[in-house]
Amino acid sequence: MSVFPQVFNEWFARRGWSVHPHQIALLQRASDTATLLIAPTGGGKTLAGFLPTLVELHQNSDPGLHTIYISPLKALAADIRRNLEVPIAEMGLSIRVEDRTGDTSYSKKQRQRADPPDILLTTPESLALLLSYEDAPRIFGSLRRVIIDEAHALAESKRGDQLMLCLSRLQALSPAMRRVGLSATVENPGALARFLAPYPALCNILTSDPGPDPDIAMLVTEDPPPWSGAGAVYSVPAVLEEIRKANTTLVFINTRAQAEIYFHALWRANDDDLPIGLHHGSLSREARDRVEAAMARGELRAIVCTGSLDLGIDWGNVDLVIQIGAPKNIKRLVQRIGRSNHRYDAPSRALVVPSNRFEIVECVAALEAVKEHDLDGDPRPDAPLDVLCQHILLIACAGPFDADALFAEVGGTGPYRSLSRSDFDACLDFCATGGYALRAYDRWQRILRRPDGLWQLRDPRRARSIRMNVGTIVDTETLAVRMRNSRGGTPLGEVEEAFAATLTPGDTFLIGGQTVRYEGLREMTVEVTKQPGRKPKIAVFSGTKFATSTQLSHRIIRFLEAGDWSALPAHTADWITLQAHISNLPRSGRLLVESFKRWDTHYTCLYGFAGRNALQTLGLLLTRRMDDAGLHPLGFVSSDYALLIWGLEPVKDAAALVAPEGLRDGLDSWLGGNAVMKRSFRNIATIAGLIEKNLPGKRKSGRQATFSSDILYDTIRKYDPEHLLMRVTQAEAMRGLVDFGRIEEMLARTEGRIDHVQAPHVTPFAAPLLLEVGKVPIRGSADARLLEEESTRLMREAGLK
Amino acid sequence: MTAYDFTFCGAQLSALPTGILWWHAQSLLCVSDLHLGKSERIARRGGTLMPPYEVRDTLNRLSEAIRACDPATVVCLGDSFDDLQALDGLTSADHKHLASLMAGREWIWIEGNHDAGPVDVGGTHLRELSLAELTFRHIAEPAGTGEVSGHFHPKATVRTRGGSITRPCFLIDRRRIILPSFGTYTGGLKTRDPALAGLMDGSALAVLTGRSAVAVPMPR
Repeated sequence: MSVFPQVFNEWFARRGWSVHPHQIALLQRASDTATLLIAPTGGGKTLAGFLPTLVELHQNSDPGLHTIYISPLKALAADIRRNLEVPIAEMGLSIRVEDRTGDTSYSKKQRQRADPPDILLTTPESLALLLSYEDAPRIFGSLRRVIIDEAHALAESKRGDQLMLCLSRLQALSPAMRRVGLSATVENPGALARFLAPYPALCNILTSDPGPDPDIAMLVTEDPPPWSGAGAVYSVPAVLEEIRKANTTLVFINTRAQAEIYFHALWRANDDDLPIGLHHGSLSREARDRVEAAMARGELRAIVCTGSLDLGIDWGNVDLVIQIGAPKNIKRLVQRIGRSNHRYDAPSRALVVPSNRFEIVECVAALEAVKEHDLDGDPRPDAPLDVLCQHILLIACAGPFDADALFAEVGGTGPYRSLSRSDFDACLDFCATGGYALRAYDRWQRILRRPDGLWQLRDPRRARSIRMNVGTIVDTETLAVRMRNSRGGTPLGEVEEAFAATLTPGDTFLIGGQTVRYEGLREMTVEVTKQPGRKPKIAVFSGTKFATSTQLSHRIIRFLEAGDWSALPAHTADWITLQAHISNLPRSGRLLVESFKRWDTHYTCLYGFAGRNALQTLGLLLTRRMDDAGLHPLGFVSSDYALLIWGLEPVKDAAALVAPEGLRDGLDSWLGGNAVMKRSFRNIATIAGLIEKNLPGKRKSGRQATFSSDILYDTIRKYDPEHLLMRVTQAEAMRGLVDFGRIEEMLARTEGRIDHVQAPHVTPFAAPLLLEVGKVPIRGSADARLLEEESTRLMREAGLK
Repeated sequence: MTAYDFTFCGAQLSALPTGILWWHAQSLLCVSDLHLGKSERIARRGGTLMPPYEVRDTLNRLSEAIRACDPATVVCLGDSFDDLQALDGLTSADHKHLASLMAGREWIWIEGNHDAGPVDVGGTHLRELSLAELTFRHIAEPAGTGEVSGHFHPKATVRTRGGSITRPCFLIDRRRIILPSFGTYTGGLKTRDPALAGLMDGSALAVLTGRSAVAVPMPR
């Protein structure tokens, strides 16, 4: 007997669809407070989430907002609206569905507040904004259901923490509200369920049939991958051939810069003029819209994309996923594979393309892990306080609030269930007075306590600037890129400010798949002209970089140790043999260190296999030792398997360099002053509302008015080291960026057993590191020496001395 | 810590690595753009609540320089206070600190665009000061010569083989000197900016601050 009303059964029958068991199960549990559905892409997951809403609205259509659907991507919200309107129209239901994102027009947003639709599709940030308006109780009073799509992706970042805080507010405004999380396969469903559910309520987990195992292989090309580099451009002919054979292909690339370069290379080789598009987060909204629309119309044979298309925009006709570059993370690889072949019962087809010899090893290890269903993932820490600070300020924008009630509300979320009152009070004090030991702002509090005990904004007009700062995604500062034109030409995308600062007129670079020539800066816009056919000087974005997971790193070293390289192409096996010949191979019980000279710089490479973050910390500690020893370190870069340090003098005694004694001494003070901590601080201070985001068009052109967040960091560290934001920065860095535990584990494991090789030149394994992005400069003794050198040279050149 | 010594319009001057200009013959120490009270001003206007320590930090650094040089005269080249009300926001410790620095020497406050008009603190308030060969004012004038000014917070980027290095800097040519800002909460304007490039002639040097004062031809 069907649980669905007649009109639904008829609709399913007309479509020739059978209802999935998990769609029925979700409807049967529609009255549960919280449910998590885990299903592969293409399993009718989103429809399953909406069916209880459609049934309830069909049976009883009270006016007002009934359901909010939240997705991490704006594009997804619009896509879902189109998909949802079909069944609503075909069943003749009287249900109004609207989306609301940063792209929604002001007038439409105003109307939505006055007259909300039955179903609102939105993002965590737009929801947080909506909750900051005074009329939030009226808008959300009738709310019955919340659907959280791609919950696994949201739970991985502070966006998820913010969303859970918003849900606790919604729950308070409408106690009858129920929530449903939709997720792809995850390694720990219980943790995700605890994250989603209101504490202490239980969250049921429904798991659908995962379907057949994916059909996944490494793409073997006639030409071997290069010794180093991350572009994988060598694979272009083979990948074009695969695109030609498939119906529609998604080509995933890990960073934006690589996506640009690869897309450019594909086009140059694309003799058949196959329609291929490019999609990544640095492209202008217009450019992305064009590609998405063309894809929806079925006009494209392939899209080269980054994580911007990781999440389930439903393009049913994708039948091949190609991952360029090692996937870095087994779970993400599995989820990306899930993007192909949305037919539930057919295996997904995917190819992995290593971009250099080392990545072949990584790909082979990752494919083994996929076959063994061995997903990876590190649990995230709970309760980021910077997000809570932002939440308190946004709540204050909505109207006066009671601190005890808000504390109870916040404690009712999964991530903040163990929040202490003292931490909550510290956040409240930060929002009110800045939370400084020197009570300087008691006259100028942002929020203040009224005689009746409620807290409110001192100046209600500040709500506007607080709202402008909403969100937990802190981008690096970027500048818009436009074609030079008297009326302000076509927007092409954006580049990082640091990159723009290195450009001189005449430089060429890639953006949006075309080569452009830098002409100059005009009011914080990078002006360019077309420069077809020229080889670009440089790629643009550092982009998001993924770290190879711990599990995958361990698999790689086990693979190298096993000595059986039959799963590898001959050229790669040869390369490993060459490394063994020129230098040595890393082994888990020993630490391999190589030193070599290149030009007039001395390099030292340590194969720690301890993950990018731990090796970065090791880089900071070792360069400090080198600075003390007069070796004038210049900088370092870390990958997941090795750390490369360079300086003006050679490292002769590797054992002394990595001696564990005293390594931790001064860790805190040294870490305190370094660039990694400053970067973390900037993100945290922006989220917490200490630094206001630079908004387009709002930035002052007289740049002497603004100053770097590094100065704020240095000042707090010097005069107020116990400050809340310093605590948050340190805690976050020690866990994530510092990861000192893995350094200690590595040192204990190798226990001074060091193979120090003085190599004649750069070694096969060290070569890729020279090209890594994310180099950390050391502003130590070398700077003074370099400045002196350059001064002498320039002054002599100018005939001044 | 090495200063950059140079002759300017007949005067023997030193650009100190801290961003201070020292005129030994006159025992005169000149510093620009302290922007005291900046965090308080932002908070007062409803902005963010920045760490309220920049007054203390700026005065600490200034007092180190004064201790080292023991000048007879201190010239603050304008924008010493972030606005005219900024003094109200100074703590009593800050007031005492400032008073101890001013005690026993001539102290001249040049007016800036942020602090136009006298501020209720000791010392002498002037639009500009002429002394021997030199004129001290806040904003450079196109026709100025023998002129020492501030206002622009210049900073220079030098590309080295180890990457580029950016520092607040002095700008020095035959006719004028522009000082870097000394205040803790101050940003900088690149020497490539037309406002600066247009003021300085082809001979201009940028003297970068830091551990040592380092001169390079002004990056344009």
